Amino acid sequence: MDSATPLTDSPDSVTTTHQRRSRRRAILLALSTPLILAGCQLPSFGAYGGVSKTGTDTYKLWQGFSVAAVIIGGGTALLMIFVVLRFRARKEDTSLPKQTQYHVPLEILYTILPIIVVIGLFAATVVVENEVVANPTPQATVNVTAFQWGWKFTYPGHRAYIVGQTTQTPTMVMPADEDVRINLRSADVVHGFYVPKFNFSRFAQPGLLNVFTFNITKPGLYKGQCAQLCGLYHSLMYFNVKVLPREQYNDWIAKQDASTPAVNAAAQSGAVTGEINPHVPIRPAQSQGAN
Amino acid sequence: MTDLIERPITSTPDEGDPVHHSDGHDDHGDHHGPSGILKWLTSTDHKVIGINYTVTSILMMVIGGAFAEVIRAQLVSPTSTLVTLQQYNQLFTMHGSLMIYLFVGPFAFAGLANYLVPLQVGAPDMAFPRLNALSYWLYLGGSITMLLGFFVSGGPAAFGWVGYAPLTSAINAPGAGADLWIGALMLTGFSAIFSGVNLVATIFYLRAPGMTLFRMPIFTWNMLVTGILILLAFPVLTAGLVMLYCDRHFGTHIFEVQGGGVPLLWQHIFWFWGHPEVYILALPFFGMVTEIIPVFSKKPLFGYKGMVFATLTIAALSLGVWAHHMFTTGAVLLPFFSIMSLLIAVPTGIKLFNWIGTMWGGKLVFSTAMLMAIGFVATFLIGGITGIYLASPPLDFFTHDTYFVVAHFHSVVMALTMGAFAGIYFWFPKMSGKMLHEGWGKAQFWFLFIGTQVFTLPGYLVGLHGMPRRMAVYPNSPSWQTLNQWESVGALMIGISTILFVVNVVISYAKPIVAGDNPWDASGLEWFTSSPPPHHNFTSLPPIRSERPVWDYNHPEAPALGHGKHQTAVPAAAEKVEA
Repeated sequence: MDSATPLTDSPDSVTTTHQRRSRRRAILLALSTPLILAGCQLPSFGAYGGVSKTGTDTYKLWQGFSVAAVIIGGGTALLMIFVVLRFRARKEDTSLPKQTQYHVPLEILYTILPIIVVIGLFAATVVVENEVVANPTPQATVNVTAFQWGWKFTYPGHRAYIVGQTTQTPTMVMPADEDVRINLRSADVVHGFYVPKFNFSRFAQPGLLNVFTFNITKPGLYKGQCAQLCGLYHSLMYFNVKVLPREQYNDWIAKQDASTPAVNAAAQSGAVTGEINPHVPIRPAQSQGAN
Repeated sequence: MTDLIERPITSTPDEGDPVHHSDGHDDHGDHHGPSGILKWLTSTDHKVIGINYTVTSILMMVIGGAFAEVIRAQLVSPTSTLVTLQQYNQLFTMHGSLMIYLFVGPFAFAGLANYLVPLQVGAPDMAFPRLNALSYWLYLGGSITMLLGFFVSGGPAAFGWVGYAPLTSAINAPGAGADLWIGALMLTGFSAIFSGVNLVATIFYLRAPGMTLFRMPIFTWNMLVTGILILLAFPVLTAGLVMLYCDRHFGTHIFEVQGGGVPLLWQHIFWFWGHPEVYILALPFFGMVTEIIPVFSKKPLFGYKGMVFATLTIAALSLGVWAHHMFTTGAVLLPFFSIMSLLIAVPTGIKLFNWIGTMWGGKLVFSTAMLMAIGFVATFLIGGITGIYLASPPLDFFTHDTYFVVAHFHSVVMALTMGAFAGIYFWFPKMSGKMLHEGWGKAQFWFLFIGTQVFTLPGYLVGLHGMPRRMAVYPNSPSWQTLNQWESVGALMIGISTILFVVNVVISYAKPIVAGDNPWDASGLEWFTSSPPPHHNFTSLPPIRSERPVWDYNHPEAPALGHGKHQTAVPAAAEKVEA
């Protein structure tokens, strides 16, 4: 860079210093842009804001990626538009342009800069990812079993038992503001447990126990559905998630326990109740099926 | 620079058949052999096979595109009953299968590449002409096998083009349709492997004197890398298909939990092929666009060597990113596959900046081929950037299997389709001796380009709103419906663009405009021979002293300049014009 060269007394030096000052100002502005952006409200870029700490952090990561995408993608698009408009051939001009083929410093620059951006994006990714996939000790657990074409929700230690398919959408109930562990399994093919407003989805993979944790801070009714093609009625495999404050949740589960016959509780006693190694294959109990 | 002005080297006559025709028209060979349908059936000429491949793959694109139009018509209304749920599943399965397995790949790595690579390296044919013919026949057989699914009871496969086990098991997917799908993929898989063998052998062993590796046209470079990727990736898919077939028919339990198998293994095998496959699809089109942009900028490719290394880097990285399709399985190492996937943005970015650098300071001529190439770059920019989101596991978690992903890869493959049409408009004169009509071509471009954006951009939004892919019916939400209707408008525009193309081809045959040897003032060896080339391709070759031999021959006064070099007067220019 020319900032390394000492100042000279040549007549150019005044303009050079001036240029340098404005360039420095531009660099400062560029560096502070993310901070300015962080200060004011960023647009959502189409995504949901999240209803949990992890969901909101995922959303913030989304916003960060989007800012990078808009700056880099938009800049590249503008550059392309400029080039296309500026360098169109004039009809009368038949001479050949300068046959430039290489500009090594420039090429190195646009190799190094993307690497730096990628490392930045990766660092942010790892921070959020570690938070999203963390499984702290839960205050409540729900066992979710996906099957063709519905969902079954059971609660270890309780008789509560919810099952529904296609026409009758089942509703999973969970407490708010607590770490709720989900043990997700599939009884047949691959399904996708997807709650858009939680900013999260996970495959229900046959033979595999998937464990993840929600801590939903905003009580309410959320729509969910199967995301992974699972056969004929895939498009109808909905479920709801009802997030209740703790007291209401206690009332609900007590009511469920009272109204559920003991035979169902016995049927689920064999179910896995919180093994946390997702890499250990489990064999789904044959009794937990589409029927 | 004076060494550029040499007399053309007369190629060694093949099979003792001396070449006398100074105009490059060589009618030996063809008049011995059959013509018409029999020629199409029996030829081992790479040009005939290349055209066979190109025509068949475009036919597959038209059929697959028709399926897409039905899919989009179904989704205009949330509760449409245009097709049944099962028919819908079959339609998108066959749409994806036709487009990926039978159009994009074969069009590029076996169609245009078959035609162009021997011409670009100055060879008379591919290294193994009979294997090449077999490759086409396996491909055609595979394509017919795939389509036969519509004529068996139960209909064609309905488990998506990725066929995640155990949805593909004998219980979940009974019927011959699934078996035909497996058979079709095996046949086309072998076809691809043989094409790969042929490409690599041709490029390594049949280059003309003077054509060093770093003087090869960038399309040939990309085909070399594609060939190597094919050899690494396709056998894995074929092996997986054999396992799947055994599961279905011979009582093995490789992908079935009940017998101790692991369904997840299918996803690993499939994507270990599937992710290099993305670049097997993309690299040829990168190559085509990289050939076309310099020609219509009247400049050499900016950063040629950087471009080659970017291609090699993409290929190397592409073998280590397969599990980014599996982030939501909860069973893969997230950070490794994330960083590998993110890093692919770097060489891809280099390519993009090199394309812009090539246009910078040029004198751009906006022919249809150039418009398609620029449309490719712009659309690929969108697809590439949305791909960066998907490389981040937390962001993939909530976009996976939604329309966001659908829109992402359609941005990419529609960009490739524009690359395909760029290639067609650019090389059609070479293949047929006739020009395609520019007016129809530009109309096609605008329908295709605008249609693509109208189709994909609402898809990103509806995906973020939570609409999963592969839904025949969807919740009755006004915003989802509006976005879906826009997508359907875009799909319709893309359909119209294809009709415009067909009309254009018909017109160009009805009212032919003779192309001449080098209508674009292009630089590759293929432009040094007649259009269409004679049976043995070349009667003479120019001296090959750079990656632009034909340009050097035609414009000795304007050689490519290295960094910091300035143009010097070349007094010998007048001497060449006489030659």
